[in-house]
Amino acid sequence: MDLSYGPHYEAFREEVRSFLARHSKDAPRGEGLRSEKVLAWQRLLIENGYAARTIPKAYGGYGAAPDILESRIIAEEFAAARVSPGLGGQGISMLVPTLLEVGTEAQKTTFIPPTIRGEMLWCQGYSEPGAGSDLAALRTSAVVDGDDFVVNGQKIWTSTAHLADWIFCLVRTEPEAPKHQGISFLLFPMTTPGIEVRPLVDMTGVANFNEVFFTDVRVPTRQIVGQRGEGWKVANTILGHERGSLGDPNATMTRFNALLELMRRETVDGQRLIDNPLFRDRMASLQSRVLAMRLHDMRLLSNKVNDERAPMASLITKLQGTELRHELEGFAIDVLGELGLAYGDNPDKQDGGSWQTSYMYFLGLIIGGGTSQIQKNIISERGLGMPREPKLAK
Amino acid sequence: MRFGLSEDQTLLDATVRRLLADQAPLDAVRAYADGGDDHALWSTLCELGLGGLLVPEAAGGLGLGVLDAAVIAEALGYHVTPAPFLGTAVLFPRAVTAAGLNNDPVWQERLGAVVEGGLRIGVAFPQAGGQRSRDSVTAAGENLSGTVTLALDDAADAYLVASNDGALWWVEASASGCAREAFETVDRSRRSCRLTLTDCAATPLTQDPAVLAELRAVAWVILAADSLGAGRAMLDKAVAYAGEREQFNRPIATFQAVKHMCAEMAAELEPCTALVWYAAHCQDHIRDEALTTAGHAKALLGDVGQFVAKTATEVHGGMGFTDLVGLHYWFKRIGFNRQAFGNPQRVRAELAELQGW
Ligand SMILES: Cc1cc2nc3c(=O)[nH]c(=O)nc-3n(C[C@H](O)[C@H](O)[C@H](O)COP(=O)(O)OP(=O)(O)OC[C@H]3O[C@@H](n4cnc5c(N)ncnc54)[C@H](O)[C@@H]3O)c2cc1C
Repeated sequence: MDLSYGPHYEAFREEVRSFLARHSKDAPRGEGLRSEKVLAWQRLLIENGYAARTIPKAYGGYGAAPDILESRIIAEEFAAARVSPGLGGQGISMLVPTLLEVGTEAQKTTFIPPTIRGEMLWCQGYSEPGAGSDLAALRTSAVVDGDDFVVNGQKIWTSTAHLADWIFCLVRTEPEAPKHQGISFLLFPMTTPGIEVRPLVDMTGVANFNEVFFTDVRVPTRQIVGQRGEGWKVANTILGHERGSLGDPNATMTRFNALLELMRRETVDGQRLIDNPLFRDRMASLQSRVLAMRLHDMRLLSNKVNDERAPMASLITKLQGTELRHELEGFAIDVLGELGLAYGDNPDKQDGGSWQTSYMYFLGLIIGGGTSQIQKNIISERGLGMPREPKLAK
Repeated sequence: MRFGLSEDQTLLDATVRRLLADQAPLDAVRAYADGGDDHALWSTLCELGLGGLLVPEAAGGLGLGVLDAAVIAEALGYHVTPAPFLGTAVLFPRAVTAAGLNNDPVWQERLGAVVEGGLRIGVAFPQAGGQRSRDSVTAAGENLSGTVTLALDDAADAYLVASNDGALWWVEASASGCAREAFETVDRSRRSCRLTLTDCAATPLTQDPAVLAELRAVAWVILAADSLGAGRAMLDKAVAYAGEREQFNRPIATFQAVKHMCAEMAAELEPCTALVWYAAHCQDHIRDEALTTAGHAKALLGDVGQFVAKTATEVHGGMGFTDLVGLHYWFKRIGFNRQAFGNPQRVRAELAELQGW
């Protein structure tokens, strides 16, 4: 065990801190995605290497060599200072890494710079009404006509489609091929004629995801990423990225501490909530599990730094991280009881009503990006080497 | 930066596991459970250096730390090995060090005997898991009287005894006024006894109750590691059994209900590894967090262990319930570890208190 990052990194940490001390006054606090404040902050972060750090300069990034600990220190210091760490979203976190791996030179120079600067927003068009967990069953079709693909079909649960400039989309180009081999990965603007976006209100009351309909949408053939029929492989380079980032244990620890504060402040029958022995036991139990997940995350970080593999360790993070967070948020509602029901514009809401909202939001994350049941399939098959279920005879 | 085991620790782990697989298979555990003794096996383990793991080098030991001990405990739990590891190889040397007696020739000689495997030390703390009315040890001068219902090791040469006020004492099993009788527990992979002291001569180690608190924390970590190992063994056995057993013309491992039971065990156990390592590391290197992390490890492994013990048994169907596959040795060992030195509820109450909630 050697938990210190070493002198080089401690010096780096000081640099980050001094940047934050000088500039955090300019950080956005809740401004909209396209506001000048957000965009200016993003540019400043890239210039200083605190966003798009390892993206090559040629594509508008900062061009540093990948260094896991430096990235971690940046994340830690921005979180500690409660300053926006810059833009995320599906374009930056999923599409850009994919293009870096498998995009053409032209695609990289065209799409990466505006995406990392926050000027080009993306949505992810994978799921369909008939293709959720079984994503490879997707049916949206793309047929070549001259220099274009012509796309027809429907996507669903497409987060931020109503805000996005572009979509990265899985379509079926080879209907005769086995289902995983007939898929292609296309990029096109949401303003292309033939696209209709219909917002779907989710259980929190917000319309953050959508149905997206395609009718004869023309997409130039050069806007395919990877080869025809390789879309499944292309998509899987990033599904891995997505899974690791859900249910961040440090955020869960922050929520745990907020809950503890709440339980020391609120009383029932003249007794602080935290003095109720059942609640106390449950809190300590949650704390054990949050701590274990944080340490588990350090173990994963260490594995990356030292180039060591522990396959099972990374397979469990989405399942455990999202379930634990959901449970924590739900427990907060329990300790509040009737007061925990306050919602919407109710002035009695505690902590901005975030307990109810997050309780629901994290249920969304349990389902999205591969449900908990699908995670268990993956853990048992890839982690424990158990057999797949036999296919049903047709 | 490295969060994990060193090369030496990995090597030690592999060596011990090889030896246990070879020399302490389930048949050996059964023989011990049926009234055999574990002296020969403990001698063999001491030849590997297990006895002297935490004994300072000056006294002939390896001078290693609690993380090394946790690695061994996990291996012992994996093989449900009968061994006087916790009292003899962990708590005793730790107590001598904490009491500042490492350079005292009398204690050095005892430590030396522990290294050789010629001295085993049991543990009798009346307040280990919360003090019950039937448990009490009081001192008159340097003589102790009272009862500890569950003392670790029925075959120890001496006991590390705590009095009610938290002071620590050394009591030889052969001393007049020291009586022990079997305290049969559900776990037959290690034996316990009821220790009754009647005006029995004792040697003081320390009056400082902080040492007792420290020893309890170390015991929490070791018991947690033992359950982690036992839990991992149960998961491995469940996965192996599911691959072999066929029902409805297919291996039961192809049934999703069975796969998900196994996945849940794996998902619960995996973060426990990091927690046990870190809690063990804190005992020697991060004093501020030593008690709380140890408590979390003990409490969480109590719960996860219980879940795995039940689920892995279910995966085995009726076979899991029989004596034939011996799965119950792991089930019961995990059950013992859950209660000893404070069960999860008890430890969590202390954690809340410690953190000033
Ligand atoms: C908040 C949110 C945001 C999302 N954002 C996007 C997005 O931006 N872009 C996008 O493309 N998609 C998005 N999704 C879609 C998401 O990926 C799917 O909802 C998810 O993959 C599950 O598919 P489904 O909804 O069709 O459920 P189904 O696949 O119909 O699942 C229903 C139930 O059946 C179970 N089930 C299905 N197959 C199996 C199996 N093999 N074994 C065991 N159980 C099984 C599931 O676990 C679940 O309990 C989002 C979803 C949510 C909730």
